[in-house]
Order: sequence, then structure tokens, then C-alpha cells
Amino acid sequence: MTRVAVIVFPGSNCDAETLAAAAAAGADAHFVWHRDTTLAGADVVILPGGFSYGDYLRSGAIARFAPIMAAVTEHARGGGPVLGICNGFQILCEAGLLPGGLMRNARLRFLSRPAWVRVERPATPFTAAYAPGEILELPIAHGDGRYVADARTAAELEHHGRVVWRYVRDNPNGSTNDIAGVCNAAGNVVGIMPHPERRTASVLGGQDGARVFQSMEARHATQQAVDVRAVGDRPLRV
Amino acid sequence: MPRASLVDPQGQAVEHALHALGFAEVERVRVGKHVVLDVQAPTPDAALARARAMCDRLLANPVTEDYELAVAVAS
Repeated sequence: MTRVAVIVFPGSNCDAETLAAAAAAGADAHFVWHRDTTLAGADVVILPGGFSYGDYLRSGAIARFAPIMAAVTEHARGGGPVLGICNGFQILCEAGLLPGGLMRNARLRFLSRPAWVRVERPATPFTAAYAPGEILELPIAHGDGRYVADARTAAELEHHGRVVWRYVRDNPNGSTNDIAGVCNAAGNVVGIMPHPERRTASVLGGQDGARVFQSMEARHATQQAVDVRAVGDRPLRV
Repeated sequence: MPRASLVDPQGQAVEHALHALGFAEVERVRVGKHVVLDVQAPTPDAALARARAMCDRLLANPVTEDYELAVAVAS
């Protein structure tokens, strides 16, 4: 069972759904308050959506200095899986854990509606359960969702397959290269603007987002199985 | 200020509005933000150096924004 820390900032508002989505996938999920300084043994960290610090100055600019972010950064640098959803994606960019940044939507309007994304990279802890090229319907709810990166960074992301999701049918916010989500060079830190945690059951309008959380749980189970095999008949608790 | 290489939709919207009001001479508008800091410093240069550090650390995001600094001595 994966231990998942969902970080709660003042102004987070998707934290409960995110915790529920992780739990529904079989994870042992708990909240971690932004003032805490340890992740309480978490295997995976999720930064949920919302409006941390009221989006003052820039979305994510103040949250990235929250006390918990030192532990999140250490976890990320050590190869631990980190997922930032919406405001969480903005925080990861501000923190320098992901390249680029998120700016005001091209048409200046807050967008709250379904969007369609194509899975470009299944090789991350959060997309392994998807087939490459699969099209997902996921809701967007953001004012600052236009992904920007300088030409060199954007070319690098494309060249190394670090665009994880790409908008299809239309580009809602003017993102560079229709980018909806990216990962870091190692692939363990992932950011996505749409909300997979809001599409985890048919009663919620669809379950295209559920496998984001199932991917992380399946990955953990596989790793445990490998560890158990490594010590022969002595079960190893990881 | 949003970096010159990036699209500034706010600036474009303001530009269109100015044109609609008859200010046809406007060629380009960019909208940024203005942060005023009251600080204690031994010299104006020292205040600028501190403000630059604040911009690099928090006030500006180098990926999306450029900044300029100006200092005035309070009377």
C-alpha cells in the first residue's frame, strides 16, 4: 500500500478529492499541513489544486516557500514520485522542480469545463496504466493555465519526451505546444493542469483520471514484489 | 513585466480598448505590476542590491517576467 502525502496549503481546495482518489486506488493517503516539516514516511507526494495564498503575487509563488517544501524538494531530488495538479503544478514550477511556468489564460477568462488530453508519456509513476496516445476527458478549472517555456526549454521537453499530456481538439488556454502536463528529466516529478481527481468514478461524470492514482499504486506494488523476491523466502517489509 | 518574448493577453486587451477609444497612436501595450518597498538601507545602492535579491528570490519569476528597479530616498 503506497503511503501518499497530500499537502494542504491555505487556499488548497482539491485536497479532499485528491485524498479520496488516492484512497480509492488503494493507497494509504494522509494530509500534511504546509507548516509541517516532514512527510511522515510518504512514498508519494501530491500537491493538490486550489488557490494557495490567494494566488497573490503569482500562482504558487508564496506556497513554494512553505516550510513543507524543503521536504518535498528533498523527496523529489531523491527520486521520489511527486505529482502537482493545477495549483500544485504552478507551485512545482515556481519551486524550480519543473521547468517553465503557468501564466494567465490567453483569453483572460477563468475556465471551468471539460478538456481533452492525449497521454504522450506513459513512462511516469502517474501514467504507467495508460496506453500511449490514449485520449482522456478531464475537467479544467484555472485562470493561470497557459504553460510557457523559452524556446530552448520547450524544444528540450519535446526532444526528450517530457510532455506527459497534451491538449487535443482545442487548446483552452494558449499553452505552448498544447502542453497540459510535463515531467522533470528523471520522470519522477509530474505536473498537470487538468484535474484527474475529479474523474475517478462514473458517478462523477467519468473515470478517465482514476488510473493516474492506480498507476502510482501499481508501481508501488511491483516494487514491493521485487524487493520480496530479492530476499528469497524471507518476506521483507518495505 | 511579462517577458518580451511572451504573449501578454492583458496588454493586448488594453491595446484594443485604447484603439476603440480613439488612441490610435498606441502601438503596443504590456501590463505588469508595480511593487513598492519601504526599506531601511545605508545607501541607495545598498537598497537596490537588497531589492534585486528580493526580485530574484520571490518578487519576479525569471521564467516569465523581467524586472527593473528604481530607488528614491524618502524625505
